[in-house]
This record gives sequence, structure tokens and C-alpha cells, in this order.
Amino acid sequence: MVIKYFSWIREHIGKSEEFIELPDNVKNISELINYLNNLNDNYKKVFVKKDLIKIAVNRTYCSVETKISNNDEIAFFPPVTGG
Amino acid sequence: MDRKITIPVKIKIQNEDFDVSKETKILREKQTGAIVNFVGVVRGFDERNNSLIDSMTLEHYPGMTELEIEKIVKQSCERWNITGVTVIHRVGKLLPSDQIVFVGVSAKHRQNAFDSCNFIMDWLKTKAPFWKVEENKNQKKWVNYNLSDDEATKKWVV
Repeated sequence: MVIKYFSWIREHIGKSEEFIELPDNVKNISELINYLNNLNDNYKKVFVKKDLIKIAVNRTYCSVETKISNNDEIAFFPPVTGG
Repeated sequence: MDRKITIPVKIKIQNEDFDVSKETKILREKQTGAIVNFVGVVRGFDERNNSLIDSMTLEHYPGMTELEIEKIVKQSCERWNITGVTVIHRVGKLLPSDQIVFVGVSAKHRQNAFDSCNFIMDWLKTKAPFWKVEENKNQKKWVNYNLSDDEATKKWVV
């Protein structure tokens, strides 16, 4: 699976994207966030601000309950500020 | 939502500047009686922090940005009788007074063009994945989203 990060989330995590093999027990976004939080503190510092994080699966907005699989493209980003 | 867009639609994300008169001319067709253009410009002043800015850099999520704008344009086509839409959004480093975004909508009659252009801009502000960072001297600051942009979309909910 590919995970993309944008804006200040990218800066806090220190990379714009990463490839991970999804563990069998990770079935949705909420479980993915828990998994990432256990990798290191950078993730924890980002995901603690959960109200400020938008999620997309395969380039479509979704929620923490959305089911995911190893072929998906996930993105975490702050509320948008274009225009 | 499954209906295809049948009018000319141009959506572009680019570093380069755009030429409003050239884009307006493209929207001028035989059946067109009105064109409404919106141009967003870099403010050289951060109103919320009462400070000047030297520059602004915009990034986006390639692939998703285009999809989100397409969805908004499609909804607009279903809601109003319009004859053409152009959305151009710039990314990269921009300076105060630079043009950021162009939304042009043509229609047979003006009210459809006004409303559709307003609708596209309101939803673009809250859905299209762009992020701005403001640069002032050697400091940079990510622009916070504006709650009033969310409020602005409420008028379109029926």
C-alpha cells in the first residue's frame, strides 16, 4: 500500500509518501493509524490532531471506518486551503 | 450523478500564469449569452496575523485534485443550464498580486453563469486538495483553513 502525506503532515512525518505491507490485523483507516502510531512518535504527534486530518482512499474522501486493502492509495492531509 | 458532462470543460493545474482574456474568448460560443469569470489573487497581507507576506507556495494532491474539481463541475452542470466551464488553478511559488485561480462559466443567461461560478468556487475552496504556505522573511506558515469557507457552502445545500 502507498500512503501519501501533504502540507504540515508531510513535514512532521518527514516524508511525502511511503510503501507499507499491510499487516493482516489492519482492516480499516482507524487500525492503520494505530499501526502507524506504534512505529514512531512522529506519527503520534500528527494523529493526535485527528480533528485536523482529512483522509482519502484511492483519491476519494473517506472516514476512519473505511475498509482498506494492500492495493489502496491512502492519503492524510489537513483541511484544504486552495482557491 | 451518473450522467456524463456534455458541455466543454477544461480543468488545469499548472505552474504557469493564465491569460483571462484568452480563456474568456475560448468560452465565447454561438449559444453563449453570458460569461462570469472569477480570478483569485495572492493577497500581500495576512489579515488574520496583521502581517505582510513575501510569497506564497501552493501544493496539491495530483490526481485527486482533478477528480474533486470534476465532481464539483459535474454537480454544477446538473444544477444549472450552462454551456462551458474552465477551471485553472496554479501551484508552486507565487508573489503578492499574482493570479492563483480562474473559474470561468458560460451560459445562455447570466444568472446561471453567476450561480454556477459561485458554486464551483465555494466547493473548490473546501474540497479541492490544495494547501498554501505563506513566506515572510525567512519564516513560513501553513495557512489555516477558514471556517467561513465551510459556511459558504451551506447555501447550496437543498
